[in-house]
Amino acid sequence: MTGTPLLELKNVNKIFGAVHVLHDVNFAVHPGQVTALVGDNGAGKSTLVKTVAGIYAADSGEQWFDGQQVNITSPKEASELGIEVVYQDLALCDNLDIVENMFLGRELKKGPLLDESTMEERARETLASLSVRTVKSVRQGVASLSGGQRQTVAIAKAVLWNSKVVLLDEPTAALGVAQTRQVLDLVRRLADQGLGVVLISHNMNDVFEVADRITALYLGRVAADVATKDVTHGQVVELITAGRSGNLGLAPAAAL
Amino acid sequence: MSTDTTPTPGLAGSDFASDSHSAAGLREAGRDYLNRLRGGDMGALPATLGLLALVIGFAIASDTFLTELNIANLITQAGAICVLAMGLVFVLLLGDIDLSAGFAGATSATVAALLIRDQGQPWPVAVLAGIATGAVIGFALGMLVAKLGIPSFVVTLAFFLGLQGALLRMIGQGGSVRVDNEFIRGISIDNMPVGAGWAFAGGVVAAFAILSLLRHRRQVRQNLQHLPLSVVWFKIIGLAVPVLGLAAVLNTNRSRNPNFPIEGIPWVLPLVGFLLIFWTYVLTRTAFGRHLYAVGGNREAARRAGINVDRIRVSAFMICSSMAAISGIIAASNAGKVSASSGGSNTLLYAVGAAVIGGTSLFGGKGKARDAVIGGLVIATIANGLGLLDQPSYINFVVTGSVLLLAAAVDAVSRRRRSAAGVG
Repeated sequence: MTGTPLLELKNVNKIFGAVHVLHDVNFAVHPGQVTALVGDNGAGKSTLVKTVAGIYAADSGEQWFDGQQVNITSPKEASELGIEVVYQDLALCDNLDIVENMFLGRELKKGPLLDESTMEERARETLASLSVRTVKSVRQGVASLSGGQRQTVAIAKAVLWNSKVVLLDEPTAALGVAQTRQVLDLVRRLADQGLGVVLISHNMNDVFEVADRITALYLGRVAADVATKDVTHGQVVELITAGRSGNLGLAPAAAL
Repeated sequence: MSTDTTPTPGLAGSDFASDSHSAAGLREAGRDYLNRLRGGDMGALPATLGLLALVIGFAIASDTFLTELNIANLITQAGAICVLAMGLVFVLLLGDIDLSAGFAGATSATVAALLIRDQGQPWPVAVLAGIATGAVIGFALGMLVAKLGIPSFVVTLAFFLGLQGALLRMIGQGGSVRVDNEFIRGISIDNMPVGAGWAFAGGVVAAFAILSLLRHRRQVRQNLQHLPLSVVWFKIIGLAVPVLGLAAVLNTNRSRNPNFPIEGIPWVLPLVGFLLIFWTYVLTRTAFGRHLYAVGGNREAARRAGINVDRIRVSAFMICSSMAAISGIIAASNAGKVSASSGGSNTLLYAVGAAVIGGTSLFGGKGKARDAVIGGLVIATIANGLGLLDQPSYINFVVTGSVLLLAAAVDAVSRRRRSAAGVG
């Protein structure tokens, strides 16, 4: 591990009625690293993300951000800290252009009117800083973009606000080969710029390609938190499906 | 931190260097426009062409259609439709509908008329009370739609019936309330002095030209996306010709009696013009307008972006009903009375038709205040022209119905083409 994590959850529990969804979960995001969050359906990935994003409040446990203990209770607090989530079903409006989408809900104003010039400049700078080369114009309607470009805009939107931690929920799920390449490059670049990136994915190829660390969830518990270079595809798949793999993972009793 | 700490590739190094250039010239801009049309993004073009075709057709068929008197008539007839349609654009933008707008307008106008007749209130109080009545109706509609989640079709259908009852209760069976306040009547029957009319028309064109050119210069200076200068001039001329032309026609004496000259722009025209400019600014230049489009385009995305969706929906219904109130007062001004049947019959369908014909989508997320005015002119031209041709009124219903259907068909087809071509 390198230094203090940017974001750290300690012993977080989340219970919905009779269902114990998150079980003493410890999760850390380090600056400049891509942390992959993997797990089968129902393992608690989405709940974990929503807890970090402030949509759900944790029932117990501690949240630390940048060395300070915090208590995130609303999406607004999360984004004020610098935590942005890019959801799987892209939250973009087809009838607006790229600039309008990137500033949606947080428009810059000059008096009562919108400050279009500054918004356009900043959108362009942000996309350029991410070396996005595939979008023809920032005034292009979002409907005319390909899936990969749309994902790029959604990610750029998250980066625009000087965020420190970006959580990406299956960013490549609906993309073709070339577009997946584009988005993975972008994910890597975000981490290289010093952000803490969380990549939620089912695709082992993607995970092994860009992630520095892998956190595997199994039935609401963290089965393993390992460096990508120390494990193989097969081991990670076993962690996801059985909760353990050789000497890695949950103790047999807990895994049952 | 994300964008500042790392050396960013220069703008020139990215593809964005090229996007700040505009289309190089008129020809290229024209080609872009053609591509947009092919992609199904037709905007106000079908309505504008339709209006031209109607004007030419009626001018050939009737000697009186193109007389100054009839053109002035047509403008006053179109006023109430345009204003009601402009209000409906806000609700249509969200993908909702307001079927009660016609009666909301008549109810509000009745409140205003009764305040003047029975309470002796001055007209500003009465007009404001009328608009406030509209706002209250809109608030109720919006709350029921947004908070309770009843489909707007059902809520406004219920209000369509309920308000009709309120109207009957206030006016009495078969009766009517005379509107003879000079100011309110004057909206339709009085004209601007000729000099003021020219100043108004010239002022609108000059203001538009100056603002467009200044905006273009700022965009060029700051290296933002901009239109070629020739296209900016093209738009200015496109506005100047009809505005100044109309001013010239309306400022000519149109009286049949040489002893009583009638000349000048009817006051309803600057009123509609003011509302058009005001709402265009709200829709295109304010965060509220942006949020309206966002909610209409993708409600979930808007919610996640932190937009208060319920507030936007309630405001849209309030704007619609308040505009309906203004429209009802204009209609009362034109007729000189409000009756129990005001706002009924084809009032609402004319207005919905006007908005849709102008290019507002019934599917939400697409539309402009301008659409309502162009579409309103189309509808008013049909009604006016068929009237001149002495056609039985059933023809009028059939033709207007067909035009509405045609406009909705164009909307549906162009939407399909847009999603196929991937244009917003």
